[in-house]
Amino acid sequence: MTITIIEDWCKGCELCINRCPTSSLEKSKDLNKKGVYPPRLKEENECNFCRLCELICPDFAITVTQEAGEERVQKQKLILGGVAR
Amino acid sequence: MSEMIDANEIRRKYLRDGMLPTIFCNGCGHGNAIDYTFWAIEELGINMDDVALASGIGCSSRIPGYINADGLHTTHGRALAFATGIKAANPDMHVIVFTGDGDCTGIGGNHFIHAARRNIDMTVILLNNFIYGMTGGQLAPTAPKGSIATTAPYGNIEQPFNISELATALGAAYVARWPIFYPYQPIKSIKEGIQTPGFALIELMSPCPTAYGRRNKLGEIDQLWAWYEQNTILIEDYEKTMRYGTEEEKAAVKEKFLIGIFQKAEKPGFFEAYDRMVKKLMANDDAKWGGGGAE
Repeated sequence: MTITIIEDWCKGCELCINRCPTSSLEKSKDLNKKGVYPPRLKEENECNFCRLCELICPDFAITVTQEAGEERVQKQKLILGGVAR
Repeated sequence: MSEMIDANEIRRKYLRDGMLPTIFCNGCGHGNAIDYTFWAIEELGINMDDVALASGIGCSSRIPGYINADGLHTTHGRALAFATGIKAANPDMHVIVFTGDGDCTGIGGNHFIHAARRNIDMTVILLNNFIYGMTGGQLAPTAPKGSIATTAPYGNIEQPFNISELATALGAAYVARWPIFYPYQPIKSIKEGIQTPGFALIELMSPCPTAYGRRNKLGEIDQLWAWYEQNTILIEDYEKTMRYGTEEEKAAVKEKFLIGIFQKAEKPGFFEAYDRMVKKLMANDDAKWGGGGAE
C-alpha cells in the first residue's frame, strides 16, 4: 500500500493530516515549490485505505493505491466498548 | 466503493493537462467539488464527450477550465440561460452547471428561479460560500445575518437567501444540500442529480477562508471547516428535535443550516414534455396549421 503525494500541488491546508481517522499522516520535513510542508505517511501507521484523504484533498494531490490481495490493517488495541487510539 | 479505480487514473482521464495546481485559495472547498463530480461521472460511466459544462463568473465558475470536457464560461449570472440553450440544441447532452451563490442567486436570480420552475434538464452544482470571493468579499445574498463583508462592515442585516428551500418551493426535481467535506453524500447526490430528469440542484457549502472566514474571525482552515460541521444539521434530525426536543434544543437547532435531500420527485423535464407535445401535434397533423386543430 502506498500513498503518493504530488508535492508541488499541495497548498498546505493540512486537512488530510487533521482529518485522517487513523492519524497516519504527518508534515514532511522539506518545503515544496509553494513554500509549504506537504503531508507524508508516517513510518508507523495504521492506514486502512479509507481513502478519505484522497477525496478530501481539494488539490488532487493525494492518491492511495492498494495492491491486489493486500489486507486491511486491523486495529490491534481493542478495549471494551470501543477502540483505543 | 471498494471497486473504485485509482485516483491517478481519474486525474489522467478527466483533468485538463497543464492547468493544475488550481487557482483556488488554500483551504477552499471548490477543488473537492471537481473531485466529487469526477467520481460521480466515473461511477455512472458517462462518456465525457456527452457532457457539456457551463459556468458564469466567480471562483466556482473557473471549474470547467480544469475539466477535460466541452464547456462555456459565460457572462455573470447567465450560466443557466446558456445551459438551457445547450440542452435545447442537443437534448442528449448531460448539462452540468457550476455556479456560485453570488452568480446564481445574486446576479442571475431570475434565471435560476425560472430554470427551476420550468424544470429544465440540467444538473446545477451550486457552491455556496456566503460571499463574492473573487471580487474582494462583497456581501452575497446568501450570507447569514451578522456576517461581516466589505460592503457590510458592521454586519449583515438582511434576510439571507435559502437556495435549497427556494428550489424546493419552485418544484425542482432534485434538491440536495451538503457541506463539502462529507465526500460520499455529495457524490451520491451528484450521481442522482445527473440521472434525474429535470432540474437538479446540488448546493455544496464550500468554506471560503480568505474572504469569509478571515473577516468573520472563524479561525484557521481546520476550525473553519469544523464551523460548518457545528452549524449544520440533517433534515431528519431537525424534524426529530422539533417534534420531541426540549425548548433549549429547539432554539439551538433553529439557527443551524439544514443539510440533506430536500426534494426528490419523479416528473418529466421541460424538453421531455416539449418533445411529447411536438410528437402529439405531428401525429394529429395539427402542426401544419399552426395549432388549434384542423378539421
